[in-house]
Parts: sequence; structure tokens; C-alpha cells
Amino acid sequence: MLAGHGRRRTAFALLLTATLVLAGCGSKTGQNTSAAGASVDTSGDTVKVGLLNSLSGTMAISEVTVRDAILLAVEEINAAGGVLGKKIEPISEDGASDWPTFAEKAEKLIKENGVAAVFGCWTSASRKAVKPVFEENKSLLFYPVQYEGLEQSPYIFYTGATTNQQIVPGLDYLKSQGKTTVYLVGSDYVFPRTANKIIKAYAEANGMTVLGEDYAPLGSTEFGTIVNKVKAAKAAAVFNTLNGDSNVAFFKEYKSAGLTAASTPVVSVSIAEEEVKSIGTQYLADQLTAWNYYQTTPGAANEKFVAAYKTKFGADKPTSDPMEAAYVSVHLWKAMVEKAGSFEVEKVKAAADGVTYDAPEGLVTVDGATQHIHKTARIGKVGADGLITEVWNSGAPLKPDPYLKGYPWAMGLS
Amino acid sequence: MTVLVSQLFTGVSIGAVLLLIALGLSLTFGQMGVINMAHGEFIMAGAYTVYVLQGAISGAGISLLVALPVAFLVAGALGAALEYLLIRRLYARPLDTLLVTWGVSLILQQLARDIFGAPNVQTRAPDWLTGNVPVFGDLTLSTNRLFILALAALAVVGLTLVLRLTPLGRRIRAVVQNRDLAAVSGIPTGRVDRLTFFVGSGLAGVAGVALTLLGPIGPTMGTNLIIDAFLVVVVGGIGTLKGGVIVAFVLGTLQALVEYTTTLSVAKVVVFVAIVGFLQWRPQGLFTLRTRSLA
Repeated sequence: MLAGHGRRRTAFALLLTATLVLAGCGSKTGQNTSAAGASVDTSGDTVKVGLLNSLSGTMAISEVTVRDAILLAVEEINAAGGVLGKKIEPISEDGASDWPTFAEKAEKLIKENGVAAVFGCWTSASRKAVKPVFEENKSLLFYPVQYEGLEQSPYIFYTGATTNQQIVPGLDYLKSQGKTTVYLVGSDYVFPRTANKIIKAYAEANGMTVLGEDYAPLGSTEFGTIVNKVKAAKAAAVFNTLNGDSNVAFFKEYKSAGLTAASTPVVSVSIAEEEVKSIGTQYLADQLTAWNYYQTTPGAANEKFVAAYKTKFGADKPTSDPMEAAYVSVHLWKAMVEKAGSFEVEKVKAAADGVTYDAPEGLVTVDGATQHIHKTARIGKVGADGLITEVWNSGAPLKPDPYLKGYPWAMGLS
Repeated sequence: MTVLVSQLFTGVSIGAVLLLIALGLSLTFGQMGVINMAHGEFIMAGAYTVYVLQGAISGAGISLLVALPVAFLVAGALGAALEYLLIRRLYARPLDTLLVTWGVSLILQQLARDIFGAPNVQTRAPDWLTGNVPVFGDLTLSTNRLFILALAALAVVGLTLVLRLTPLGRRIRAVVQNRDLAAVSGIPTGRVDRLTFFVGSGLAGVAGVALTLLGPIGPTMGTNLIIDAFLVVVVGGIGTLKGGVIVAFVLGTLQALVEYTTTLSVAKVVVFVAIVGFLQWRPQGLFTLRTRSLA
């Protein structure tokens, strides 16, 4: 019965694997419906907002905490009486670390739920996937994560850092430490590739040498070769734009290869306190990060934020930059709505310029022209306790410059 | 020179991982002909076993060593249960087996998500597995990869010995070569099937333990590995162990060497193209099992 059929079985198995591979590559595309512009549902005594985060898959390690921070802000605002007399009703959707799913869920939140704004997305790939949905429906997205710049959608507010508020200061810091050779390691999608393009332009203009550049698919856990390449190149530092838990595999391999923060520091732009906790300080101690906020950032606003977060989600939960930016984005939206006196998207956008909020990272101001916010850049070092302490900051909030117009070396990047 | 050696070592260790995940499959798919799509989830079960044990036993080293036999038993028991409850009813219907085990794999993934949460989790490696062994000059070999290599070697030797020398091994080979004749000779083929499935799935659990040393543990980690595992078995030749061993190391080394000079994505493509080309030339795989069966 079973023996034999060798050939047929082989052929069948091949067919099977081919199908599997194809299934992995396939993508659903959201169907385009009429571009009428969805209306905000303010009929009840609540106003709905959408939360769009990956609650499963490779990005969940990071995005679940962002969802929690948004919920905290919503709760605070509701406790203080809501927005324009209405309580906020959050509706959470799982993007599942899959970009077409993000687009689908965004469409659902806008059209079926009639949300006033959506908060979420982490990877630039997911943001790029939902951008046309928000533009087509004239609905608002608040995007809370640092990203690669070179973008300015009229329907997105960017409350994380753009390149001149994170990557450029990170490079400035390396240069000031005398690290003039770098190796670039990143996940294979839009953010790392664009960030590295900017880094290479910076390096060329600033006397730094990029010794190599490698990408791993999102979710990849095989870093033996990439770490060997870094080691052989004898770079003075590594600029790491890996996202999600590929970082776990990368830093395990990095330590196994005998590379340390003392010999070859890694500057990471996607590893915050939450990721440090799950990757493990045994792999990350003394490595560098570039952000705009750390749990250790001083100030009364931050003390209140950290205390409130820990009370709600547990004393062992750290706060991080994207969480803070997400928390701030809800408060900024509230301030804009109140200034506009309306939930209507166009009126909220018109009222945005100059809106300020006393954020945990310090006072932030919305720049109406770019729909980004003024932020202070901070370089930090991972401590043995898993917290990140600041080793340098830019002194004052930096004006957002998503297209790097203020930097001559960035000409021709966009 | 140093680079070449360390890259060859990386290739061999990629091969060792491939071998570990494919070894169990070479029994269930290679020997028994069952396409078990839930094999990857047995790997996941082994990996989560380490995670659970690490919560119970504080020492990272001890919990890892304890996890090896425990993961073998956990994954083996899952496999034996799957065989007993579903697969044995479908031996004559391979397509149905494929669909049913795929369903089981989805159920197991969701179960893991419900029990351990959707985000991936990590384990702490013991200190002796996070360092490296200096060889000469700049060349170092990382201890976690040496450990995985040793584990793969141990698994191959162990499995070979079981198949060659034990009564169970003799029976498995007899059933593979001619099921009907084995049955009339008094071999309880049903029980042999179940035991084969137990050992094959148990080996997947051991692979899961090894993988925790390299990366994160998550509900979908198995799906990412299952394709590689099937490839190794098919290219190696169905029904043989040595084909799989050779192919795992060749593919690992090929991938590492190509990746060093190009990129990870290009290396994957090159490996796939090489496999397709090879199977055009030898559709039966590297080695074939010769039987006198007429079927």
C-alpha cells in the first residue's frame, strides 16, 4: 500500500512545497471602492477612534505595547470628561504583521465604524499600505513610530521622529565618538532601505565609510553569515535598522561571535525598553540606541506617565519611545479637536499648526506644514537593569525636516 | 582564509539546523510516506517546552538539558496521538492526510497563541552557550552552534543505530520495504507506524529545543521551517537517511557561501534554483530505496 509510488510521491511533494511557497508570497489586495470620503460618526454620545496594531506575528513584540499606551491615553481623556463632551470609544483591530491586512482593517475602521481618527501602525511597510486608504477616504492616521522620512501625507500626523530627529543625530554621535567606519544591518523593507540610503549620503559628506550593507527578511532568524561579514569588515560600529524579533537572533549571534559594545557598538533605532526586556540584557548591555524618549527621561510629565502605565499594565512593564509617541498622539489629537471645535477631519487639520502638549519627552509642538512634531533627539545606552539612560541629547526640540531640505548632502535623495 | 573557514562553519551549522528539523520528517514522510503538515508545530512544541521548563527550573543550563528529553516526549506524544486519532484512518488517502494535518497545524498554532500569547517569546541561554571558542587568529566558533552540531550528530547516530540494530528498527525497515509481507510475517504494522511517528515527531521536538538557542519562539515558527525540511527529505531521496544528511550540509554550505558574496535573498534563490535543477536531473532524489515491491 505504502511502499513504492516513489516517483509520484516525489512529484507530489514538490508540488506541495511549491504551493506552500506560493501561498507564502501571495497577497490580498484591498478592493478599491468609491472615493467619497468617509464621514465621522458623532451621532451617539461617544466618538469612535480606531486602534490599528499588530497583536500577533513578528511585530507583536513591539506593537502590543503601543496599543496599551493608546488605551491609557484614551482612559485618561475619558476620566477628564472626554473630547468636546463626548467619551472616546476605542475600537481595536489586529494588523497581524501583514501589510494587506492593515489596509483591510483600516478600511473597515473608517467605513464600518466611522472613526474620527486611527492611531497605530509600526513598520513603514504597514504605513505605506494604509496611506492610500486614508487619503482616499480623507480620514486621519496618527503614526507613532520613528521612520525613514521622505513622506508627507496630508492625512497622516507623524508623532514619531523623522530622520533629522533620530538617524542624523545618531550618526552625529558616532562621528563625535570617532567611529568613522560603519556596517549597516537592516530588515528587508522600506524603512531600513531608505534609512540606509540617507546614512550613505551622510557618510559620504562627513568622511565616514560604509563598509557593507545587509538585509534580512522580516522575521528572519539566521544571522550567522551577516555577523561573519560584520566581523570580517572590522567596522568601528554597526547601524542597526532591524525590526521586530529578528533583533533577538541578531544579538544572540553577535554576542556568540565575540563582538561587544566595547569593541563594536551597535546603534539601534528600533530597540526600545520593551524590546530590551525581551531580547535580554545579557545580549544588549552597553549597546546604543537613538530615540527621543526613554523611561528614564526626567520631568514631572514623564513621572506621571510611567506611574500611570505601570499601575494599569503592571510594575514590570517598561515605557518606551513609540509608546510615548502613541500616548502623545492621542492627547495631541484631543488638543487639535478642541482647538478646531469639531471632529471634522479638515477642520482638525487646519487647527493643527502650533498645537502643543506637555509630553513625557518634554514640550512637543505640531508643525502644521509637515504634520510632524518638534522633538528632542536623545542617544541612550542600555543598562544592566534593562533601562536605557541618556548619554547625549540635542538640547532643544529639533524642527521636523522629513525631506532633509536643511542638509545639503541629502540633495537628490527624495 | 579566516573568513572562509568561519563561513564554512556557519554553513555547516545551518546544515545542522536543517538536518535536525528534517530528520524527524525523514522518518514520517520519508519512511512512512505520510505528508505531515503539522511537523513544524511539533518543532514549536519542543521550543515552548524549553520556555515552560525555564519558568519552572531556574538554571538556564539545567533547564535546557532537561528540556531535550522532555521535548522529545512531548512532541513524540503529540505525534503518536495524531497518528492514532487521525492519520492511521487515512493511510490510503494521502491528499486527505495533507489537508487534515494542515488543519491540525493551524489548530496547534492557535492553541500556542492562546496558551503563551500571540507575541513571540525568548529563552535565556546558559552562559556556556553564549560565548565562543577561539581557534586561531580571529577565527572563533560560537558555542551554541557547536552544541547544535553535536546535537544533530547525536540524533543521526542515534537514529541510525535504532534503525540498524534494534528490533524496532528492523520492523520499521520491514514495514517500509513491504508492508503486506511484513504484516503476514507477524509484524504489528499498526503499532510500528505509531512508534515510527512517535520517534519522528520526538526528533522535531529536539530540533525545537536547538532552535531556541538561535532565535525567538513563536506560534508560527514551525511553518517557516517545514518547507526547508520537506526540501531536504525530497532532495535527499525518500526513504533514506544518508541522502538527507548529505543534502542538509550541502544546502547549508551553499547558502552560507552564496550569501557571503551576495545577499540572503539571492542565496535563497540560488539554493532553490539548484534544487529545482537537481530534481530535473534526478527526480527520485540523491539516493533511492531499492525494494522488490511491485507496487
